[in-house]
Amino acid sequence: MHIIDRRLNPGGKSLENRQRFLRRAKALVQGAVKKTSQDRDIKDVLEGGEITIPLDGMDEPRFRREGGTRDMVLPGNKKFVEGDILPRSGDGSGRRSAPGQGDSEDAFRFVLSKEEFVNLFLDDLELPDLAKRKFAEAESEGLQRAGYSTSGSPANISISRTVTRALARRVALRRPRPEAIAQLEAELLEEEDEERRAELIEQIEALKAKAKRIPFIDPIDIRYRRFETVPKPIAQAVMFCLMDVSGSMSEHMKDLAKRFYMLLYVFLTRRYRHVEIVFIRHTDRAEEVDEQTFFYGPASGGTLVSSALQCMHEIVRSRFRPSDWNIYAAQASDGDNATSDSEAVARILTSNILPVSQFFAYLEVGESGGYSFEMPDSALWSLYEKLRAGGEPLSMRKVRDRSEIFPVFHDLFQRRRPQEKVAS
Amino acid sequence: MTELLFDGADWNFSTLQRIHDTCETIAQRELGLDTYANQIEVITAEQMLDAYSSVGMPMFYKHWSFGKHFAFHEASYRKGLMGLAYEIVINSSPCISYLMEENTATMQTLVIAHAAFGHNHFFKNNYLFKQWTDADGILDYLEFAKGYIAHCEERHGRVAVEQTLDAAHALMSHGVDRYPGKKKLDFREEEKRAGKRRLYEEAAFNDLWRTVPSGPAKTHATLNVERRRALLGLPQENLLYFLEKSAPRLASWQRELLRIVRHIAQYFYPQGQTKVMNEGTATYVHYQIMNRLHQQGRITDGNFLEFLQSHTNVVFQPDFDDPRFSGFNPYALGFAMMQDIERIVTQPSEEDREWFPDIAGKGDAMGVLRDVWANYRDESFVSQFLSPHLMRQLRLFHLHDNPADRAGILVDAIHDERGYRRIRRELARQYDVGYIDPNIEVVDVDLAGDRRLMLRHTVVKGAQLNETDAKRVLQHLADLWTYDVSLVEVDAGTDKVLKEYVLNPRIQPAAA
Repeated sequence: MHIIDRRLNPGGKSLENRQRFLRRAKALVQGAVKKTSQDRDIKDVLEGGEITIPLDGMDEPRFRREGGTRDMVLPGNKKFVEGDILPRSGDGSGRRSAPGQGDSEDAFRFVLSKEEFVNLFLDDLELPDLAKRKFAEAESEGLQRAGYSTSGSPANISISRTVTRALARRVALRRPRPEAIAQLEAELLEEEDEERRAELIEQIEALKAKAKRIPFIDPIDIRYRRFETVPKPIAQAVMFCLMDVSGSMSEHMKDLAKRFYMLLYVFLTRRYRHVEIVFIRHTDRAEEVDEQTFFYGPASGGTLVSSALQCMHEIVRSRFRPSDWNIYAAQASDGDNATSDSEAVARILTSNILPVSQFFAYLEVGESGGYSFEMPDSALWSLYEKLRAGGEPLSMRKVRDRSEIFPVFHDLFQRRRPQEKVAS
Repeated sequence: MTELLFDGADWNFSTLQRIHDTCETIAQRELGLDTYANQIEVITAEQMLDAYSSVGMPMFYKHWSFGKHFAFHEASYRKGLMGLAYEIVINSSPCISYLMEENTATMQTLVIAHAAFGHNHFFKNNYLFKQWTDADGILDYLEFAKGYIAHCEERHGRVAVEQTLDAAHALMSHGVDRYPGKKKLDFREEEKRAGKRRLYEEAAFNDLWRTVPSGPAKTHATLNVERRRALLGLPQENLLYFLEKSAPRLASWQRELLRIVRHIAQYFYPQGQTKVMNEGTATYVHYQIMNRLHQQGRITDGNFLEFLQSHTNVVFQPDFDDPRFSGFNPYALGFAMMQDIERIVTQPSEEDREWFPDIAGKGDAMGVLRDVWANYRDESFVSQFLSPHLMRQLRLFHLHDNPADRAGILVDAIHDERGYRRIRRELARQYDVGYIDPNIEVVDVDLAGDRRLMLRHTVVKGAQLNETDAKRVLQHLADLWTYDVSLVEVDAGTDKVLKEYVLNPRIQPAAA
């Protein structure tokens, strides 16, 4: 008899099968993920969890029979006697089908891991304006190891490679080992026979001469580590959250904005190694604040959007060089703005902000209830609309209800065909 | 000899070894079991879930459907809807049993007695397993299958392989040989036989036979049809075999895939036919071994009680009106019948002597049981050995549900003198594979015309195929055949055609 402990075997034997299943069910699972994420708090979006998909397309059909006359033998008779007629109990008498098979209307529930969930959640989204990113990529270069070379600076000598080659050469050319010479010398000391001594001396001389001819390390052994310069992608992004916090913004509107920012953050963190967030809130003047103040800090006053844009421009200029950073900005507002401010807003946007940003989204939030397309065009909306008509790459959407956030987000970042314009 | 095997719930590998050796002594000396060598593997819950999704085998080829089952099992396990099995045992030589690491020492003893001796003996001795499965070769074959399929995916693409496997899986239940085939004669034998026949004809020549009128000569057309059917080996109920040998446009790797799926279906075929017996045997064996261990003082009273508790859970049979009822529990029925046979052999009543004259009062319970385990399958086992005593004990009754009968469902027989035989016959029929699987066979191929493959479903008791599923399966079949496929459902009694399906292949055959 053998006892084998399999517990330490690598787990995840079914991983491959599971991935195949997900690949096959991808469209279905994706739909389910999106539906699930609508009802969730954004904080939990990343959590993974259980989803339900319809079995259609995932079925494994078999020839099955149904109907006809049925005979069954059952245990536990209590009061029946032969010849009794039992009334049928409606449609409920049908046998329940086993889970995971049977009719295609059956839903199929299973649990997705966090990683799988986020991947599916963001799968068909793409960052806009990749052209600019490529341009930015060429700006910075990094070094990358690229094998060995025969020339280089002493600092780059690869010792292990050099020593290995030297050893190989010494072995190949049969360089006498110091031990062998030492052994012969020891023999020479003890040897008394003259003839033999002469022979030994001659041997030692020969070996020594050979060792001298074949150096321990020869210049041809030396190898240097070689480096190549490669264009390094900019792996950092900064995300500006601009929000109007004047009195007209309700808690509900701020909540909508927050959800949008969080989605954007999740999305950016998946694409960039390092993401900074800058919170700028504004009334009639703008300030950079921390997150807590941004969402919950009290503030009141009039509304001047240009102040926030100006503030952002200054921060970009002082801290985030556009050639080193991918700049994303999302502005949320209820659309109020002083009419006199329009000109300043248009000027700062077109000349200072849009040229350096990868993406600028404007999210107009409204009170819940009703449909977002029924929202009347606000002052800011009309202004941005006009700018967009003039060819500026602005993305803008109206949102009223929590459940609209994801569709809007998805809509903005949907993977597009090349001929379509990036900023819709 | 009265040293305890273990104390408390903890165990280690030397405990397992001790348990195994003690069980082995009892199994071989006292119960006379004959088993394959054992290989015991300790696994975790996650590995058990893995094993579930690859039908319990230690290795299996990759396919999305296993991932689907894994996802399903995992979800219900995590939610606590489903417990995991204590063990899985594989019909191979050596016989591999998986034990869960969470089991207590008592549970490991139970599981070793149950799987490593009960199931193991059954696998090695039952005629169905002997006839249809090759315990020595199965692991090597799976290894080959896994490698071959992975190789095919590399060479022909994942999608193509997946399509073929999907189709093959859909037909899996119709990919088994139900009867051992007739041995084909080779040419030398054939010639010898023909020579013998000629000699006999010469010796027994009588010119009078020439004058005896025979029936009308068969027409040329009928002869042609007969010749064609003989050539294709029709009618054929092993659909996968037929496709593998005769589908006109399959690549050779696709034929090999069909063959792999067919072999695996065949390997599992006996297990489906011996559920009650297999579990009954294993449960009876573990019950005997555990009792003897307790009598010999090798396990404590406390551990024995723990065992009894799990044992009674396993052999619990809810009544038909219990919400927990979901058909017969094979463990319960099997165990009850084994115990009943023991009772008949050792302490028969008058009734038993009348019903079972061969075994009643024979005295050697294990001898009789070993013979039963070797030579029966569920259907024949129930129809031979279900005793009136047990029918009364389980309070069995037979319902006849004819949808045409508006009044309701008829109680056709109950556990009384008039009903015993009918109940036994009906229960045996529930385990008859001939009734469980729909009877579908390939009847002909239109070789002269559009190469349509013709199938026939013989409808028994009015149970027709579920239309959605039938269409899907036939679609797979048509894709493999690459020409049209038709299926007629014909009533077994009246030969009336009830329904006809025709499906075209999704991949149109390229112009030749």
